[in-house]
Amino acid sequence: MSHVLSLLVEDKPGLLTRVAGLFARRGFNIESLAVGRTEIEGLSRITVVVDVEEGPLEQVTKQLNKLVNVIKIVELDPAQSVQREHLLIKVRVDNVTRSQILEAVTLFRARVVDVATDSLVIEVTGDSGKVQAFLRVLEPYGIREIAQSGLLAIGRGSKSISDRVFKS
Amino acid sequence: MAAEPRPAPGPADAAEPEILTGSGAILRSLEKLGITDVFGLPGGAIMPFYDELMSDKGIRHILVRHEQGAGHAAEGYASASGRPGVAIATSGPGATNLVTAIADAHMDSVPLIAITGQVFSTVMGTDAFQEVDIVGITMPITKHSFLVRRPEDIPATMAAAYHIATTGRPGPVLVDVTKDAQQNSAPFIWPPKVDLPGYRPVTKAHGKQIHAAAQLLVESKKPVFYVGGGVVRSRASAELKELVELTGAPVVTTLMARGAFPDSHDQHLGMPGMHGAVTAVLGLQESDLIISLGARFDDRVTGKVSDFAPHAKVVHVDIDPAEISKIRTADVPIVGDAREVIVDLIDAFKKAAEKQTPDYSDWWSRLELLRTQYPLGYTPTDDGLLSPQWVIERIGELTGPEGVYAAGVGQHQMWAAQFIKYERPNSWLNSGGAGTMGYAVPAAMGAKVAQPDRVVWAIDGDGCFQMTNQELATCTINNIPIKVAIINNSSLGMVRQWQTLFYDGRHSFTDLQAGEQQAFIPDFVKMGEAYGALSIRVTKPEEVDDAIKLALETNDRPVVIDFIVSRDAMVWPMVPQGATNSAIQYARNHAPQWEEE
Repeated sequence: MSHVLSLLVEDKPGLLTRVAGLFARRGFNIESLAVGRTEIEGLSRITVVVDVEEGPLEQVTKQLNKLVNVIKIVELDPAQSVQREHLLIKVRVDNVTRSQILEAVTLFRARVVDVATDSLVIEVTGDSGKVQAFLRVLEPYGIREIAQSGLLAIGRGSKSISDRVFKS
Repeated sequence: MAAEPRPAPGPADAAEPEILTGSGAILRSLEKLGITDVFGLPGGAIMPFYDELMSDKGIRHILVRHEQGAGHAAEGYASASGRPGVAIATSGPGATNLVTAIADAHMDSVPLIAITGQVFSTVMGTDAFQEVDIVGITMPITKHSFLVRRPEDIPATMAAAYHIATTGRPGPVLVDVTKDAQQNSAPFIWPPKVDLPGYRPVTKAHGKQIHAAAQLLVESKKPVFYVGGGVVRSRASAELKELVELTGAPVVTTLMARGAFPDSHDQHLGMPGMHGAVTAVLGLQESDLIISLGARFDDRVTGKVSDFAPHAKVVHVDIDPAEISKIRTADVPIVGDAREVIVDLIDAFKKAAEKQTPDYSDWWSRLELLRTQYPLGYTPTDDGLLSPQWVIERIGELTGPEGVYAAGVGQHQMWAAQFIKYERPNSWLNSGGAGTMGYAVPAAMGAKVAQPDRVVWAIDGDGCFQMTNQELATCTINNIPIKVAIINNSSLGMVRQWQTLFYDGRHSFTDLQAGEQQAFIPDFVKMGEAYGALSIRVTKPEEVDDAIKLALETNDRPVVIDFIVSRDAMVWPMVPQGATNSAIQYARNHAPQWEEE
């Protein structure tokens, strides 16, 4: 089963290697990975999607917590969090298909960000269900290229992952 | 703990921090941290540091002959004294030669600080001469690692390295310092600001869990204290003895914990595991409550995990949360320092015992029966050669419990764990988790540097000895008179034993021809002499005691004794790998009577 882990980490050289290496070493596959800055200088956030059972998940979480540069780990439950993927899709078009594709773009609330005579680059954001559905719609037209971000996730409500991090 | 700062030359203004090179800052930091001894070997990328080390008065540097020796020496130093060990190497192959020792320290939770030189930061990543990414290489086998490119970062990094290596669950920390960071200068500010927001080891356990553990203990009929190396690392032996005597429950000490509880104590069942005492193995197996203190349910202890102690509830005490329920699910998980938890458990048990008096008398009857029926022992050899178990037992008896015993890995290690009687913690040093052949000689050297007044033995095999014996040169030159007992069965004995038992006696490439009726290649006596050690060969039983006594009397140089022993001696008892502990064999084809419920 897939689990979404959010890691608050110190922004240090080699940090990503330590985290990724730990997953590999303990035999877990990372399904998706997203890394970026946070509202606190010097801290980054890593969102990892990993396919494991509860028991091994607890073990990998404890092992991650032992990494000196990992400050905090939370598992984000899909019901209690907002989860988004971001895709750039280059799709083949001609005079016949262009309008059909643009219609799909509107329906999925995606955006066209580059236009050429024989192709479009489309930007789409959503949970993975929406993104997969959109890709299925585009597939018959000929997808030339995809660039996909890792899953991003944030807890619902006012609580923050960085609460209480620098106290005590 | 920290040494006083030396008077700063130059302006008398105390507010003005002294300007030091990065090398000077490493040295000064080590002194401030209370480090007095380091083991290392110079090379290109660490030369600025060695240049300043030469005129340093506060630190004794011991020049090893191979960096692996520096690593194991630092481990032996740490394991014998409880103080962190420091190993120093240059970049590239110097650093990679430390890798085995770092991995070893990681498996056995040894506080080790490894300092390596790195090529100039300006050429890093260009495959420069003697460049390797040692931080990358050692990531999976260090507790943490640092790359330092600027001299101003050195004091904080050294302080952080020391803090991480020595607190919580101890372990190895690597500090890789570029050559320019060693050469350039910066103000030396001490104490530095150490900021580790992600590192907060828990030492004090939850009161509720402690009470739950105490309650289980008074309710249980068949408890066992399963004591691991964490008790040694947290210096909890005295507290453990109090708890054990208070409760009246039996104790087993793992390979890493030999000496954590006195072998002479009535409540001690011995060592559990693949080559454990029958009473210790079956004691765990038949128990209804296991109180694990700083142990990690290693596969060599549990045997087949799904069949391990099937009726036991588990109280698992460990300072590392990741160890708890890693192998066996804990009924009562307790995260905390072994010593603090034991102290709390003593109080909690006293309170719980007021309401309910535990009764372990039936349990002890069963254990006493096992103990009488299956004492640790060995059969005499029938090939006229010495019995290795007996030789090791005599070394222990003639030296006594104040000695320090470092073993290599293999049969001799198991016999040394079984037949030397340990009465105090830190007297037994070995490579338990990693199983590093070659650990003994350098580890003994490190232990002797840490504790010069103790007799330090390396109980080694002829295979192990050939991996790291070059450190005898270091011992002779630096006046570190260790004693090496080579238990020479002319083979890679443990592998040979497995071949005998599990591979139809096909002894594939385990014959070393180092003794017995063979070629004596190499001749360990001549070899020891070449290194300046008093070296003798012992082949007859009547020579054994005299040889050991001669070794004990010789303190002006190292001693090497080549004990020619039978290669057919095997380590018993034994639980075959992957089998349930109930399948323990007392001797070959001789299983103890086993009480099924």
